[in-house]
Parts: sequence; C-alpha cells; structure tokens
Amino acid sequence: MEYEDFKNNDYLERMVEELNRDGAGIILSTIDEVINWGRSNSLWSLTFGTSCCAIEFMSLGAARYDMARFGFEVTRNSPRQADMIMVLGTITYRMAPVLKRLYDQMAEPKYVVAVGGCTISGGPFIKSYHVVNGIDKIIPVDVFIPGCPPRPEAFFYGMMQLQRKIKAEKFLGGKNRKMKKNENLSSGDKE
Amino acid sequence: MMEEIKSQTNPVADNVVIVSTDELVKKTEELRSRKVSPMDYLHDIVGMDWGEEGLGALYYMESTETGERTVLKCVANDRENPFIPSVSHIWKTAEIKEREVFDFFGVKFTGNPDMRRLFLREDWKGYPLRKDYDMNSNPLNLDNEENADVTEEYFITPDGKIEGKENVIFGKEEFVVNIGPQHPSTHGVLRMRTAIDGEVICKIDPILGYIHRGIEKISEQMNYRQTLAMTDRLDYLSAHQNRHALCICIEKAAGIEVPLRAQYIRTIMDELQRIDSHLLFYSCLVMDMGGLTPFFYGFREREKILSIMEDTTGGRLIQNYNMIGGVQADIQPDFCKKVKEFIKHLRNVIKDYHDIFTGNIIARERLIGVGVLSKEDAISLGATGGTGRASGWANDVRKRHPYAMYDKVEFREIVYQEGDSFARYMVRMDEIMESCHIIEQLIDNIPEGDFKTKTKPIIKLPEGNFSTSVESSRGEFGVMIESHGDKSPYRLHYRSTGLPLVDAMDTVCRGQKIADLIAIGGTLDFVIPDIDR
Amino acid sequence: MFDYYNLTPLLRSIHAFMCGIMPEWLAMTIEGIAVGLFIMIMYAILAIILIYMERKVCATFQCRIGPNRVGGKGGLLQVPADVIKILTKEIIYLKDNDKFLYGLAPFLVITASILTFSCLPWNKGGEILHMDIGIFFVLAASSIGVLGILLAGWSSNSKYTLIGAVRSGAMIISYELSIGISVLTMVILSGAMDIQAIVSNQSDGWNIFKGHIPALMAFIIYLIAGNAEANRAPFDLAEAEQELTAGYHTEYSGMHFGFFYLAEYLNLFITAGIAVTLFLGGWMPLHISGLDAFNAIMDYIPGVIWFVGKTFFIVFILMWIRWTFPRLRIDQVLILEWKYLMPLSLFVLLLMTVCKVFGWVF
Repeated sequence: MEYEDFKNNDYLERMVEELNRDGAGIILSTIDEVINWGRSNSLWSLTFGTSCCAIEFMSLGAARYDMARFGFEVTRNSPRQADMIMVLGTITYRMAPVLKRLYDQMAEPKYVVAVGGCTISGGPFIKSYHVVNGIDKIIPVDVFIPGCPPRPEAFFYGMMQLQRKIKAEKFLGGKNRKMKKNENLSSGDKE
Repeated sequence: MMEEIKSQTNPVADNVVIVSTDELVKKTEELRSRKVSPMDYLHDIVGMDWGEEGLGALYYMESTETGERTVLKCVANDRENPFIPSVSHIWKTAEIKEREVFDFFGVKFTGNPDMRRLFLREDWKGYPLRKDYDMNSNPLNLDNEENADVTEEYFITPDGKIEGKENVIFGKEEFVVNIGPQHPSTHGVLRMRTAIDGEVICKIDPILGYIHRGIEKISEQMNYRQTLAMTDRLDYLSAHQNRHALCICIEKAAGIEVPLRAQYIRTIMDELQRIDSHLLFYSCLVMDMGGLTPFFYGFREREKILSIMEDTTGGRLIQNYNMIGGVQADIQPDFCKKVKEFIKHLRNVIKDYHDIFTGNIIARERLIGVGVLSKEDAISLGATGGTGRASGWANDVRKRHPYAMYDKVEFREIVYQEGDSFARYMVRMDEIMESCHIIEQLIDNIPEGDFKTKTKPIIKLPEGNFSTSVESSRGEFGVMIESHGDKSPYRLHYRSTGLPLVDAMDTVCRGQKIADLIAIGGTLDFVIPDIDR
Repeated sequence: MFDYYNLTPLLRSIHAFMCGIMPEWLAMTIEGIAVGLFIMIMYAILAIILIYMERKVCATFQCRIGPNRVGGKGGLLQVPADVIKILTKEIIYLKDNDKFLYGLAPFLVITASILTFSCLPWNKGGEILHMDIGIFFVLAASSIGVLGILLAGWSSNSKYTLIGAVRSGAMIISYELSIGISVLTMVILSGAMDIQAIVSNQSDGWNIFKGHIPALMAFIIYLIAGNAEANRAPFDLAEAEQELTAGYHTEYSGMHFGFFYLAEYLNLFITAGIAVTLFLGGWMPLHISGLDAFNAIMDYIPGVIWFVGKTFFIVFILMWIRWTFPRLRIDQVLILEWKYLMPLSLFVLLLMTVCKVFGWVF
C-alpha cells in the first residue's frame, strides 16, 4: 500500500494543526514548533523489556527494521537520560513499584508507550493473582500498541503516533510537567 | 513405609512411590548413593496441594548413567504448619526448588538454609497455588519492596521440636550492588544482589519473580486446549519446543496418535527454533561483551528464520503452532525450498561469525577459563542444556529419551569438557550446525498425509501423573500434569530450564570480575519469563 | 614555499585595526570574547558532525541505513534535533549528595576538552592557544577531564557511578603514561614542544616517515592509548553500558549529560588531531619528493582542509575499532598498559633518542 492511500492518520494531522493554530503568537508558536520538532524526532527510549515484546523490540533495532532511521536511534539504559519508557511485556505486582520508580526517575518531558496485550490489560494473564491488569493503573500512558507481541510495523505506527502527539504540545506557556514538583518525593531520589 | 498406591492401570502414567516425611531423607540418600544407576540428577520438585490428604511435593529424579527415572511423593499432613525434611544437602538444586514449593504452598523444609519467598514479594500474604487461596487477597501494592539481608532456616531439635534460626546473606560491611531488575544485560527482569570487593564478586543472591505471571495457577482453570497458549509465553525463544512438550504429554495421557507428517513438521520446527534461539544467544552474548556489530549479524539471519516460520504459522516470535494431535496448519508450499536455501546461506555466513568474534583475541581472553562449572556441580545443580554439555555432562533429552523424529535421525551430541564460558559458547555455535544437519535429513522426506488427527472438542485425561520432557533451546524443559479425570488439569507444572541456571550463577561467578558476571550470564543463556513462569 | 593560506598576516592586521580605533585592552577583550565564541561554536558544530558521522559509520558496519528521515534525505538534521531535545530536557538534581561537585563535574570535563581543543593547529597561524610548550599544555589540560569523571562518579552517590569513575580513574592515569612517553618520543624527533614548530618541522616530510620504525611504533602506541584516554570501546569500561547501565554519568540528565556526550566525541577528535599534528604533518600537505607538479597542486589545498581531512581519517579508524571489538575487562586493560604498552613505549623512546643522536632519521 502506498503511503498516500493510507488515510487513517489524516484526522490526527488535522488535529495537530488545529491545536497549534490557536493560542500563542507567531514567535512563541515558531519556537514551540522547533522544540516539538526536536523532541518528536529524538525519542530515546529506556530499555525496559520484561518479556516477549522485548525481543521484538530488539528486532526493531536490528538491520531489517532499523528504528534509527526515524530518530529512535539511541536506547539509554539510565532512566535519567531517556525520553520515553517503552513497557515491553507483562508487569507483575512485584515489578509494578519498580516501573513506577523508573518513571519517577525519568526527566521531563517523558512519555510512556505500552506495548502488547499484557501491558494494556493483562492480556492472557488477566486472571492471574500477580499480573497488573493494565499499566495505566500505575503510570500515565501516551500510546498503546496492541499485539502479542506486536509486529515491528505496529511498533513503528505506535511510535509515530507518539511523534504526532508531541507535535501538539506547548513548551512555552503550556503545561510542561506531567508530575507536580514534589509528587515523586515519596519514591526517594529526586529533589 | 514404602507402598505403591497407584495401581498400574495406566501404563503411560508415572509410577509414583509414596514416602513418609520421616523416611524421605533416608530414602533419597539411598537412591542417590546406590551402586546401580544412582539418582544423581534431581529433575524437579513439584509442590502439590492434595486437599484433604495434605500438602506435599513430588520428587522427580533421574540417573545420568542409565536414564532411569523415579518419582517420590511426600505428604505433610498438617495443613496449618506443614513440614518436610529438606534434601538440599543431597542435590544443590533442591535448595531453590524447595524455596519455590515454600513460596507457592507454604510447605517449610527443615534443614534448608534459605527459606525465603522466591517469586512473590516478601510481604505477600498466603500461598497462591493452594486450592483454597483467595485470588483477591493481595491487591496491587506500590510500596517499594525491602529485601531482608537474612534468611530463615527451620530445623528439628534432637527432642523433635521445630525451631527457626536466621542465616545472614549479606553482612553490614559488604558492598552490595543491585544488578537489575531494569538492567540491559540480565536478559529480562532478573535481579542479582551482588556483593563485590572492588571488581571481584564475592556473592550473588538472585531475586526472581519480577515476571512471575502465575501461569501454573491460571492453567488449573483452563481446559487442556487452552493451557497450550501459555507455553509459548514461557520461554519465547523455545516457543515451539515448549508447546511440543505439553502436546506430547497430553497426547501420551489421552492416547492420541500423532500422524507422521506432523511429527516431521514438529521436529523441523523445533530445530529451526533452536537455530533461531542460538543466533539470538550469539547476538546477545556479543552485545553483553560490548561488541555491537555482531549483534546485527545474528539478527540478520534470525529474521530469515522468522520469515520462514511466519509463512507457515502466522506468528513471528510466538507461533501457537503445535496442537493436540498435530499442528495447526499444513506447511506452506515453498517451505522446504526456503528452508534449504536458508541452511545453505547459514553455512556460508557462520564463518563470518567465527571470524569476527570467536577468533577475536579479546573475546577469547574474556571467555576461555572464565566461569568454570564442574561436571559434578552441573549435575547437582541440574544445569541442563548447553551449559551442562559444556561441562561434559551429556544430557541431551533428544538422545536420552527420544521423542518425535529424533530417534530416526543421525546427529551428534555436542559435548565439551572445559566447562568455561568459551565451551558454553562453542556448544551453542556447534549446535547450530548440528540442527542444520538434522533439518537436512528430514526436509526432503516429509511424508504425505494428515497434519493432525481429529480429536474430541473437550479432552479429558485419565487420572494419574504424567510427565514428559523435551530438549528446548536452553535445556531440559519438562511438563508434569496431575489429572483427576477432569477437562482441566488438577496441577500443571513446568520444569523451568532457566531456574537451575540462575541458581548456578553464584557458584560460577564467585571470584570473577563484574564484567565476567555479564559474560557468564550471557553464556548460561537463560530467559527470565521461563524461570518465573 | 606555500604561504597562500597563512592566517598570521590577516590576524595581525585585524589586531592592528582594532588597536587603531580603541585602547589595546579593550581590543584584546573583544578579540578574546570573539575567539572564545568562535571556539564554542566550532566545538558544537564539530560535535554535531562527529555524532552524525558515528551514526552513519556504525550503521554501515551493521548493515543498517542509519538516520535518514529527519531533515530530508540522509537524516542530516537528526543530530540538531537531538540537540534541541536535550537542551529543553529537565536537569535533575539529586538529594543527599554534594550539589556543588555534582554540578561542577560536567563543566570540568567540557573545560578540559575545550582547552585541549584550542591548542589544535588548524592552519599555519591558525592556532588559538599558541605557547612555546604547547604539547605539554595539551597533556596537562587533558588530565583535568579525569577529575571531572571522578567527581561525577563520586558525587552522584550511586554505586554504579562510583565503580565507573574508579575504573575510569585507574585507566586514564595508566594510559596517560603511554601517551606522555609517545608524545615525548616525537618531541625528541622534532626538537620542539611548540605545536606550530612541530608542524613546521614536518614541511620536508611527515614525522611518521622521518622517524620511520620508532615513529611508527609510537604512532600505534599513541592510537591505542589515545583511544583509552577518550574512553572509547574497547576501552569504554567507565561507561560500560552492559555492566554499569551508563557508568559514571548514570545519574546525569539533560544538558549535564549532553556535556559528557559532547566531550566524548570531541575527545575523539582531539586525540585524532594530536595524532595528526605529531605524526602526520598537521596542516602540511602531502608531498612526494620528485613530483614537483603534484606537490605544487597539493600546496593549493588550504592547510585547514589537510588538517581536518587527516583528522577525520584517524577518527574513522578509531570508529572502525570501536564497532569491531568487544570490550576488555578492567584487569586486562591495566595489564595491557603496565606490562606491554609502557615498557614498549619506553623502549621506543630510547630507540628514538639513539636514532636522533646518530642522525638515523630523515
């Protein structure tokens, strides 16, 4: 299928335009546009694979799919330096506090992509006594990518949706922090 | 006293010998040290909740000399405070397996030095695999978990009372580094608390359960067809083999005959999966050691296998292909051609792999002589698969207890004697070639016929304990079913291939450097979701 | 001989003009600020080029394409996007740590890197910091970097960073010996410590040809040790992603981390630049004796292009090494230095002295 035939995203691009049209003046909105362009094209993900989806994520980085093409080149292992956390695989009750903590440790702006059935709803393990039924109960999720595991193409689609979402953000005058300044004090490591 | 309770109505069921708690240690020691086929390999300990009868465990053991298997059953009658004597002084692997039983069933093993929870949080209430466990009794708890530096041990005083004492894992003066659960080189969410002295590792305490999904408990509410779906998600790099194991076990118990064509397809798929997994092993090992480029070479070839499998099964990583009585769909018309092309290609490029990594002076320096696991330790720890074979223990299930087509094909069991990281690496690399060899013998001779037999919509297994094991990509994967004649299993247990390997980390890594820890972890080749289940 | 592109007269006349319209101190100040800004901008631009180059080079080695979407074909704007992102990213301050040292560490690293960078001879008369003991100053200034790494590791109050910092300290201090000795070897050959003089002495042939065997050995030792100094694979133990998550800068975010990231790439460039200065004739064009016409054409190419071209060639070799070898272990790194490289470089030093004394050099 040609890209032009793929009309699924038109409404999103229109929405981004609309959201950016009103609001700040020309200078501010231009700066916003530049910053959003930078942010959306340089999404460094935290390597956070718990199960099957992580292997597909490795395929995504490998030569056949090569996510470096789109600006997802770098995966950082330290949450401080990552822009988004891709939750790859089931989150269990024991892992949940760790996930929350990792999210707290990340620097703003930060985004969350929930990959696979398990992270979205618990997937095949929904009846289990030890599986979190959807990570949106723990942290705010920006994009869901369904599948078990999703195909690399689905990963790309999801990540591009995140790029569109970022393009509608406002750096100047908008709300910049997802968390209040002291919200994460309880988890013990940020000032 | 010993008695045979299960009369041999079903010849395929396991012959379970009941032992009382007082007799257990004596009996196991006798089995372990007897002259003829000593039971030196403890295959698994399976915790059980028999309801009225009490809580207990099944001990699956095997002799590495003859391949003879014995199953013991030991029941602790007191449901409130069940105690069973530990056998961890006979087999090292029993220590962690008994912890698992304690975690799931609350059976305390007297004499086991480490009676902490294994998979669940330390503040978890109740024992989830007991039949009377309330599934909602432990809601999501977002408090950070504190890990105790001491373990509990229960022992019997001379006058017959049971007392507890505390063993220290990490003293106050030790410098303990947390490796994991979010760490690039632990191959998932393994966490190792590592005491180090400078760069030298003093002790490793693996903490598991970060991906414990309770598959065994969920399976008890499913019918046999549904349970199949879970196997692929255990060790996703052995998806075919895992599912194959469960299919064999159910087919064996239900007396379902599998057509020859399906047997061929299953064997070929198993070997393709093995090549896939070993290529990923190569990629990850090299990446763990800091060389990024070979990682991409491994994945390049792996993608070709994934395409072949996807054509036939429809899935890239998780294929859901094996079914009870055969396989889900017939192979794609050009399957054989593509597989043959791929093998030809692989034989050419594997040279590059050896050029860029195996012959590299840095790689050799870092792998040869590092992390030696002796044969005795490997058997005692139950470290099967490539790890055991690198230590000189010929443990290939395909040779010992052949299944599918493995007794019809000719292949070599790769065994190295050194037991170091390099041997473990070479075992996998040689096995890739051996798998190619197996596939080549089968691919041209796939017989015509059905790819599956018709089975009843609801499958019921006769009463009894059934077990099988297959050689998965990283060791012996076992399935144990206890059936009470229903359409769903009373208890379904998987022998994890990775659990003994993680347990072996402490033995192998002591005295090595932090960098070696990562390389050893890479060569042991475990997959965490398979450990935690 | 080839003074077409000598910058000295131009710079002199600018200075004279400035002094003509304002007092000298003011002229000096303005010039100082201008040069400072110039260095910063050059530094940033070079870093962007280097990062882009690294991504494309590693993609080629790994059968990938590398960035190709952002900013039209070839992904030319990928790195600027990263820069914008990292500039607007939150900088995290930790609690319960030494905030002053924590904040100071990235600046120390970048200062060391910029100071060394200013000493590179870009062209005839195109050296920003010119002093008689230039090469000595380079060695001294580059050592400040390790202080920054140690501080970063210690003040982050984390075990991973501490291990990374200690590794880095042990390694850099060891390899500085080899670097120092191989630089000394070349100082003996040239008879000067002034960087411009070292380059000028190579007008009749690059040092690597003039000093033949000992110079070639010193060159190889310098490349190995220089690679270790720049914390690049296979010597990237201080970061060792697979072992220590991100090594000494695990806890740094935003532009603080950006400084470490920039310094890593510029240190690579500086290592290569010093190698070019000492061994490959700096901004000197390639001359082959006997081919006068060829030599004359070579002279028309500006020195700065020669310098940058040669440096990028060395950078490419270092990248090639990085993307080929697995990482060494800490004890192997130290054994390599103390058992092999250091004795060897001392021997090379002796050999060079003997050659120089008996006039066995060209």
